[in-house]
Amino acid sequence: MSPLEASPPRARRSRLAVAVASLVVASLIGCARPATAAPVRTLTVFAAASLAEPFTELGHMLDAEQPGLKTRFSFAGSQQLAAQIDQGSAADLFASADDRWMSYLAGRGRLAGDARTFAHNRLVVIVPRSNPARIGRLEDLSRRGVKLVLGAASVPVGAYSREALRRLSRQAGFPPDYGARVLANLVSEEENVKSVLAKVELAEADAGMVYRSDVCGQAARHVRVFELPDSANVIAHCPIAVVRGAPDEPDARAFLALLGSPAGYAILERCHLIPVTGAP
Amino acid sequence: MRSVALRVAVALATGLMLALLALPLAALLVRVPPQRLAMRLADPVVLDALRLSLLTSLAATAAVVALGLPLAWLLATRRFRGKRLLELLVDLPMVLPPTLAGLALLLAFGRAGLAGRAFAALGFSLPFTTAGVVVAQVFMSAPFFIVPVRAGLAAVERRYVDAAAALRADPLRTFFGVLLPLARPALLAGTAMSCARALGEFGATITFAGNLPGVTQTMPLAVYVAMQTDLEAAVTLSVMLLVLSCTLLVALRVAPLGALWRRPDAERPAR
Repeated sequence: MSPLEASPPRARRSRLAVAVASLVVASLIGCARPATAAPVRTLTVFAAASLAEPFTELGHMLDAEQPGLKTRFSFAGSQQLAAQIDQGSAADLFASADDRWMSYLAGRGRLAGDARTFAHNRLVVIVPRSNPARIGRLEDLSRRGVKLVLGAASVPVGAYSREALRRLSRQAGFPPDYGARVLANLVSEEENVKSVLAKVELAEADAGMVYRSDVCGQAARHVRVFELPDSANVIAHCPIAVVRGAPDEPDARAFLALLGSPAGYAILERCHLIPVTGAP
Repeated sequence: MRSVALRVAVALATGLMLALLALPLAALLVRVPPQRLAMRLADPVVLDALRLSLLTSLAATAAVVALGLPLAWLLATRRFRGKRLLELLVDLPMVLPPTLAGLALLLAFGRAGLAGRAFAALGFSLPFTTAGVVVAQVFMSAPFFIVPVRAGLAAVERRYVDAAAALRADPLRTFFGVLLPLARPALLAGTAMSCARALGEFGATITFAGNLPGVTQTMPLAVYVAMQTDLEAAVTLSVMLLVLSCTLLVALRVAPLGALWRRPDAERPAR
């Protein structure tokens, strides 16, 4: 009556012991308490993926200034965050990479007050450091067979990229079908700008379009940047607003104040964003 | 008294589980009137996604069965050094977060990847292609076939196989004529689960193969993209995917697939 594969009782018991031991260890690790005191307040910021580096730094700065505060972020494509806030996610602040998704939420009555544009961003073309497609100038992007990765049209960077390509097609020195030929090289539409960056960093894509602010720190070592002429570039507006029904409005205002302070400007500039100075 | 309590407990647990499974599906179905489904079917982007999903998941399932069956048989019937490690390897895709799996696939089979370089030298590339979608699906769904089929094969009683050997049936005849039919429930279950997993695969696909309508945008990717701009469209696409999945699952369980599945105790005329 023995099945084809019988396991001896002793092996079974020791397997059980190992399984239980692993579960215990895993739950102990999960319950480990951090060394610092438990935070009293949490500030939840939903921000476009392109703002990850500067906002994380701002969050650390704010937490250091305000004892008992823990700022946590959700970075994703602005369109995704807007959809989540519209569905009722408990965010305090929303920072978008373009006006479209901020206006969308304003129209749906999800904002507490007006949005403020706190920074501008520019687009750049990036290629892997190894430059597998041998791209030497912007015109080369329209060459057949170049593997181009862009944000999807609903993602701010995707919309900006397509607009920049349209503008380039109208520039002297570029053929009128430049934009169409470049778009014919599209091999993937990513859902946030960091995915575009990742595919180029990994040299899977031959080229991509991201924000200037994304080529910061680690990423800068793996890619080469091609600037767009100012006349063809799009100025990306980065608005920020407090979400209606924010659980922690005072801290949200503190974050906004920090964003509009000289220290905040310095952080934004370090990541190649262009701060918009003026009354908050 | 104890028997009543037991029955109540079972009924309660079953009820809760069924509610958890059924309510989200019901919530999807009530949002979509049938006319809207028909309307969406006219959209070429949707048709592309449906066609891609069907094509890739069937191809992936075929690959998983063809390549997974020998492995499942090896694990079920042989003892060898490193068997535990092999079992761990087979289980791994089940516990890997799909996006992480996609990244790992890129690092292995991407243009600059370990094996990918060789592919590039041979002139083909997997990322951004439909073949890449199939590879991602095979990676994520293989354990869902291998694990139950291994268990099913291992549970077959030794005396049947021994009898076949004693009657001097060659190994292939024993495998297809004795072992597989006896393990039939496990085989069908494994194939169905792996097909369903391939159909629903998202994270590894979007990371490894990318997202381009007509080439790599399967139904789950289309739903995700739609969700960010048009919730109603996303719900409609979800219902379509649900219908497709159910159809495939039912077809797999109902279609006997010929001689492979002939019942071993079928009546035979006495010689």
